[in-house]
Amino acid sequence: MMPELGKYAQAVLSSYGLSLLLLAGLVGISVIRSRRVARDLRAVEERVKRNG
Amino acid sequence: MGSIWEYANPKKFIATVDRVLPFVAGLAVLSLVVGLIWGFFFTPEDYRQGSTVKIIYLHVPSALMAINAWMMMLVASLVWLIRRHHVSALAARAAAPVGAVMTVIALLTGAIWGQPMWGTWWAWDPRLTSFLILFLFYLGYIALWAAIENDDTAADLTSVLCIVGSVFAVLSRYAVNFWNQGLHQGASLSLDKEENVADVFYHPLLVCIAGFILLFIALVLLRTRTEIRARRTRALLARERMT
Repeated sequence: MMPELGKYAQAVLSSYGLSLLLLAGLVGISVIRSRRVARDLRAVEERVKRNG
Repeated sequence: MGSIWEYANPKKFIATVDRVLPFVAGLAVLSLVVGLIWGFFFTPEDYRQGSTVKIIYLHVPSALMAINAWMMMLVASLVWLIRRHHVSALAARAAAPVGAVMTVIALLTGAIWGQPMWGTWWAWDPRLTSFLILFLFYLGYIALWAAIENDDTAADLTSVLCIVGSVFAVLSRYAVNFWNQGLHQGASLSLDKEENVADVFYHPLLVCIAGFILLFIALVLLRTRTEIRARRTRALLARERMT
Protein backbone atom coordinates (compact mmCIF):
# COMPACT_ATOMS: atom_id res chain seq x y z
CA MET A 1 0.00 0.00 0.00
CA MET A 2 2.87 2.36 0.87
CA PRO A 3 4.07 4.07 -2.33
CA GLU A 4 7.67 3.61 -3.39
CA LEU A 5 9.34 6.88 -2.39
CA GLY A 6 12.90 5.88 -3.30
CA LYS A 7 15.83 7.96 -2.11
CA TYR A 8 13.57 10.89 -1.16
CA ALA A 9 11.48 8.89 1.33
CA GLN A 10 12.90 10.78 4.31
CA ALA A 11 12.14 14.20 2.79
CA VAL A 12 8.58 13.27 1.82
CA LEU A 13 7.72 11.52 5.08
CA SER A 14 9.21 14.25 7.27
CA SER A 15 7.26 16.89 5.31
CA TYR A 16 3.99 15.04 5.88
CA GLY A 17 4.83 14.20 9.51
CA LEU A 18 5.79 17.75 10.50
CA SER A 19 2.90 19.39 8.63
CA LEU A 20 0.24 17.07 10.01
CA LEU A 21 1.69 17.47 13.50
CA LEU A 22 1.54 21.27 13.24
CA LEU A 23 -2.01 21.20 11.87
CA ALA A 24 -3.17 18.76 14.56
CA GLY A 25 -1.53 20.94 17.24
CA LEU A 26 -3.24 24.06 15.91
CA VAL A 27 -6.65 22.37 15.79
CA GLY A 28 -6.13 20.80 19.24
CA ILE A 29 -5.08 24.06 20.90
CA SER A 30 -7.96 25.96 19.24
CA VAL A 31 -10.57 23.42 20.36
CA ILE A 32 -9.23 23.13 23.92
CA ARG A 33 -9.10 26.93 24.36
CA SER A 34 -12.58 27.28 22.87
CA ARG A 35 -14.01 24.84 25.44
CA ARG A 36 -12.11 26.43 28.33
CA VAL A 37 -13.22 29.96 27.44
CA ALA A 38 -16.86 28.85 26.98
CA ARG A 39 -16.75 27.18 30.41
CA ASP A 40 -15.21 30.25 32.06
CA LEU A 41 -17.81 32.55 30.48
CA ARG A 42 -20.67 30.33 31.66
CA ALA A 43 -19.27 30.37 35.20
CA VAL A 44 -18.88 34.17 35.25
CA GLU A 45 -22.37 34.71 33.75
CA GLU A 46 -23.95 32.44 36.35
CA ARG A 47 -22.10 34.22 39.15
CA VAL A 48 -23.17 37.65 37.84
CA LYS A 49 -26.78 36.45 37.57
CA ARG A 50 -26.68 35.03 41.10
CA ASN A 51 -25.19 38.17 42.61
CA GLY A 52 -27.55 40.41 40.62
CA MET B 1 -30.86 37.90 2.55
CA GLY B 2 -29.60 40.19 5.31
CA SER B 3 -26.68 42.58 5.24
CA ILE B 4 -23.18 41.30 6.03
CA TRP B 5 -23.02 43.93 8.80
CA GLU B 6 -25.57 41.91 10.80
CA TYR B 7 -22.66 39.61 11.68
CA ALA B 8 -20.96 42.51 13.42
CA ASN B 9 -23.40 41.70 16.22
CA PRO B 10 -21.46 39.21 18.40
CA LYS B 11 -24.61 37.25 19.37
CA LYS B 12 -25.67 36.87 15.75
CA PHE B 13 -22.13 35.91 14.78
CA ILE B 14 -21.90 33.22 17.48
CA ALA B 15 -25.32 31.81 16.55
CA THR B 16 -24.24 31.58 12.91
CA VAL B 17 -20.91 29.97 13.80
CA ASP B 18 -22.70 27.40 15.98
CA ARG B 19 -24.83 26.50 12.98
CA VAL B 20 -22.23 26.40 10.16
CA LEU B 21 -19.04 25.27 11.93
CA PRO B 22 -19.80 21.51 11.98
CA PHE B 23 -20.41 21.54 8.21
CA VAL B 24 -17.34 23.61 7.36
CA ALA B 25 -15.12 21.52 9.67
CA GLY B 26 -16.52 18.27 8.26
CA LEU B 27 -15.95 19.41 4.68
CA ALA B 28 -12.42 20.53 5.58
CA VAL B 29 -11.52 17.14 7.06
CA LEU B 30 -13.10 15.31 4.11
CA SER B 31 -11.25 17.41 1.50
CA LEU B 32 -7.94 17.12 3.32
CA VAL B 33 -8.21 13.36 3.79
CA VAL B 34 -9.25 12.79 0.15
CA GLY B 35 -6.68 15.26 -1.28
CA LEU B 36 -3.72 14.10 0.78
CA ILE B 37 -4.44 10.37 0.35
CA TRP B 38 -4.95 10.90 -3.38
CA GLY B 39 -1.75 12.92 -3.68
CA PHE B 40 0.40 10.72 -1.46
CA PHE B 41 -0.74 7.25 -2.50
CA PHE B 42 -2.17 7.56 -5.98
CA THR B 43 0.00 9.98 -7.96
CA PRO B 44 3.17 9.00 -9.83
CA GLU B 45 6.68 10.34 -9.32
CA ASP B 46 7.71 13.36 -11.35
CA TYR B 47 10.41 12.64 -13.94
CA ARG B 48 12.62 15.43 -12.53
CA GLN B 49 11.62 15.73 -8.87
CA GLY B 50 11.02 12.05 -8.14
CA SER B 51 8.77 11.40 -5.13
CA THR B 52 9.47 14.88 -3.67
CA VAL B 53 6.67 16.12 -5.94
CA LYS B 54 4.28 14.77 -3.28
CA ILE B 55 5.38 17.63 -1.01
CA ILE B 56 3.48 19.99 -3.36
CA TYR B 57 0.17 18.92 -1.73
CA LEU B 58 1.26 20.50 1.53
CA HIS B 59 3.60 23.23 0.37
CA VAL B 60 1.43 24.99 -2.23
CA PRO B 61 -1.83 25.09 -0.19
CA SER B 62 -0.06 26.21 2.98
CA ALA B 63 1.88 28.94 1.14
CA LEU B 64 -1.34 30.09 -0.50
CA MET B 65 -3.11 30.26 2.86
CA ALA B 66 -0.16 31.99 4.54
CA ILE B 67 -0.60 34.89 2.13
CA ASN B 68 -4.40 34.83 1.99
CA ALA B 69 -4.71 34.68 5.78
CA TRP B 70 -2.81 37.96 5.97
CA MET B 71 -5.06 39.42 3.27
CA MET B 72 -8.13 38.37 5.25
CA MET B 73 -6.58 40.01 8.33
CA LEU B 74 -5.99 43.16 6.26
CA VAL B 75 -9.66 43.35 5.21
CA ALA B 76 -10.83 42.69 8.79
CA SER B 77 -8.40 45.32 10.13
CA LEU B 78 -9.63 47.90 7.63
CA VAL B 79 -13.24 47.14 8.63
CA TRP B 80 -12.20 47.70 12.27
CA LEU B 81 -10.43 50.98 11.50
CA ILE B 82 -13.29 52.30 9.37
CA ARG B 83 -16.44 50.91 11.03
CA ARG B 84 -15.18 49.95 14.53
CA HIS B 85 -16.82 46.51 14.54
CA HIS B 86 -15.25 44.48 17.34
CA VAL B 87 -16.02 41.14 15.68
CA SER B 88 -13.87 42.08 12.70
CA ALA B 89 -10.89 43.05 14.90
CA LEU B 90 -11.28 39.78 16.81
CA ALA B 91 -11.52 37.81 13.54
CA ALA B 92 -8.18 39.31 12.46
CA ARG B 93 -6.69 38.35 15.82
CA ALA B 94 -8.12 34.83 15.51
CA ALA B 95 -6.66 34.34 12.03
CA ALA B 96 -3.08 35.31 12.90
CA PRO B 97 -1.93 32.05 14.60
CA VAL B 98 -3.55 30.05 11.80
CA GLY B 99 -1.68 32.10 9.19
CA ALA B 100 1.55 31.79 11.18
CA VAL B 101 1.28 27.98 11.26
CA MET B 102 0.55 27.94 7.51
CA THR B 103 3.68 30.04 6.96
CA VAL B 104 5.78 27.66 9.09
CA ILE B 105 4.48 24.67 7.11
CA ALA B 106 5.28 26.43 3.83
CA LEU B 107 8.80 27.34 5.02
CA LEU B 108 9.52 23.87 6.45
CA THR B 109 8.22 21.86 3.52
CA GLY B 110 9.98 24.25 1.15
CA ALA B 111 13.28 23.74 2.98
CA ILE B 112 12.85 19.95 3.09
CA TRP B 113 12.06 19.91 -0.64
CA GLY B 114 14.86 22.37 -1.44
CA GLN B 115 17.61 20.31 0.15
CA PRO B 116 17.51 17.41 -2.35
CA MET B 117 16.33 19.55 -5.31
CA TRP B 118 18.40 22.73 -4.99
CA GLY B 119 21.13 21.28 -2.80
CA THR B 120 20.37 23.72 0.02
CA TRP B 121 17.82 24.10 2.82
CA TRP B 122 17.68 27.83 2.42
CA ALA B 123 18.65 30.59 0.00
CA TRP B 124 18.14 34.34 0.31
CA ASP B 125 15.87 34.17 -2.68
CA PRO B 126 13.21 36.95 -3.06
CA ARG B 127 10.24 34.68 -2.41
CA LEU B 128 11.83 32.78 0.46
CA THR B 129 13.06 35.95 2.11
CA SER B 130 9.71 37.75 1.81
CA PHE B 131 8.02 34.66 3.27
CA LEU B 132 10.40 34.67 6.23
CA ILE B 133 9.67 38.38 6.80
CA LEU B 134 5.92 37.64 6.55
CA PHE B 135 6.39 35.01 9.28
CA LEU B 136 8.16 37.59 11.46
CA PHE B 137 5.24 39.97 10.88
CA TYR B 138 2.86 37.24 12.04
CA LEU B 139 4.90 36.82 15.24
CA GLY B 140 5.00 40.60 15.78
CA TYR B 141 1.25 40.87 15.21
CA ILE B 142 0.47 38.08 17.72
CA ALA B 143 2.91 39.55 20.26
CA LEU B 144 1.42 43.04 19.91
CA TRP B 145 -2.10 41.77 20.63
CA ALA B 146 -0.78 39.95 23.71
CA ALA B 147 1.24 42.92 24.94
CA ILE B 148 -1.54 45.53 25.07
CA GLU B 149 -4.18 45.24 27.75
CA ASN B 150 -6.80 47.53 26.25
CA ASP B 151 -8.57 45.62 23.46
CA ASP B 152 -9.42 48.67 21.36
CA THR B 153 -5.88 50.08 21.50
CA ALA B 154 -4.51 46.63 20.62
CA ALA B 155 -6.92 46.40 17.68
CA ASP B 156 -5.87 49.87 16.45
CA LEU B 157 -2.13 49.19 16.63
CA THR B 158 -2.29 45.67 15.22
CA SER B 159 -4.43 46.96 12.34
CA VAL B 160 -1.71 49.44 11.42
CA LEU B 161 0.91 46.68 11.67
CA CYS B 162 -1.28 44.52 9.43
CA ILE B 163 -1.43 47.23 6.77
CA VAL B 164 2.38 47.56 6.83
CA GLY B 165 2.86 43.77 6.71
CA SER B 166 0.60 43.51 3.67
CA VAL B 167 3.51 44.73 1.56
CA PHE B 168 5.33 41.49 2.39
CA ALA B 169 2.23 39.36 1.86
CA VAL B 170 1.98 40.81 -1.66
CA LEU B 171 5.75 40.47 -2.18
CA SER B 172 5.58 36.81 -1.07
CA ARG B 173 3.08 36.19 -3.83
CA TYR B 174 4.66 38.19 -6.63
CA ALA B 175 8.37 38.21 -5.73
CA VAL B 176 9.11 35.57 -8.37
CA ASN B 177 7.52 37.80 -10.99
CA PHE B 178 9.15 41.06 -9.79
CA TRP B 179 12.71 39.79 -9.71
CA ASN B 180 14.08 37.38 -12.29
CA GLN B 181 16.54 35.94 -9.85
CA GLY B 182 16.60 33.45 -7.03
CA LEU B 183 15.96 29.73 -6.92
CA HIS B 184 12.20 29.59 -6.47
CA GLN B 185 10.31 28.59 -9.61
CA GLY B 186 7.16 30.33 -10.89
CA ALA B 187 3.65 29.64 -9.67
CA SER B 188 2.48 26.00 -9.69
CA LEU B 189 -1.06 27.19 -10.39
CA SER B 190 -2.13 29.80 -12.85
CA LEU B 191 -5.22 30.90 -14.74
CA ASP B 192 -3.10 30.20 -17.80
CA LYS B 193 -3.43 26.42 -18.07
CA GLU B 194 -0.11 26.13 -19.90
CA GLU B 195 1.72 27.20 -16.75
CA ASN B 196 0.01 24.70 -14.43
CA VAL B 197 1.51 21.49 -13.14
CA ALA B 198 0.47 18.36 -15.06
CA ASP B 199 -3.16 17.24 -14.62
CA VAL B 200 -2.20 14.13 -12.68
CA PHE B 201 -0.78 16.37 -9.93
CA TYR B 202 -3.16 19.28 -10.52
CA HIS B 203 -6.46 17.62 -9.54
CA PRO B 204 -5.43 16.29 -6.11
CA LEU B 205 -3.67 19.62 -5.55
CA LEU B 206 -6.96 21.46 -6.10
CA VAL B 207 -8.68 19.19 -3.55
CA CYS B 208 -5.88 19.86 -1.03
CA ILE B 209 -6.17 23.62 -1.63
CA ALA B 210 -9.94 23.41 -1.02
CA GLY B 211 -9.19 21.46 2.17
CA PHE B 212 -6.71 24.08 3.43
CA ILE B 213 -9.14 26.92 2.62
CA LEU B 214 -11.99 25.18 4.46
CA LEU B 215 -9.72 24.34 7.40
CA PHE B 216 -8.69 27.99 7.59
CA ILE B 217 -12.33 29.14 7.54
CA ALA B 218 -13.32 26.58 10.19
CA LEU B 219 -10.43 27.56 12.47
CA VAL B 220 -11.06 31.29 12.07
CA LEU B 221 -14.77 30.85 12.86
CA LEU B 222 -13.96 28.72 15.91
CA ARG B 223 -11.22 31.03 17.16
CA THR B 224 -13.25 34.21 16.54
CA ARG B 225 -16.10 32.76 18.60
CA THR B 226 -13.55 32.04 21.33
CA GLU B 227 -12.17 35.59 21.18
CA ILE B 228 -15.70 37.06 21.42
CA ARG B 229 -16.42 34.93 24.49
CA ALA B 230 -13.06 35.77 26.08
CA ARG B 231 -13.75 39.48 25.54
CA ARG B 232 -17.20 39.17 27.14
CA THR B 233 -15.66 37.32 30.09
CA ARG B 234 -13.10 40.11 30.57
CA ALA B 235 -15.86 42.74 30.38
CA LEU B 236 -18.01 40.93 32.98
CA LEU B 237 -15.04 40.45 35.32
CA ALA B 238 -14.16 44.14 35.01
CA ARG B 239 -17.76 45.11 35.79
CA GLU B 240 -17.74 42.74 38.76
CA ARG B 241 -14.56 44.31 40.14
CA MET B 242 -16.10 47.78 39.91
CA THR B 243 -19.24 46.87 41.90
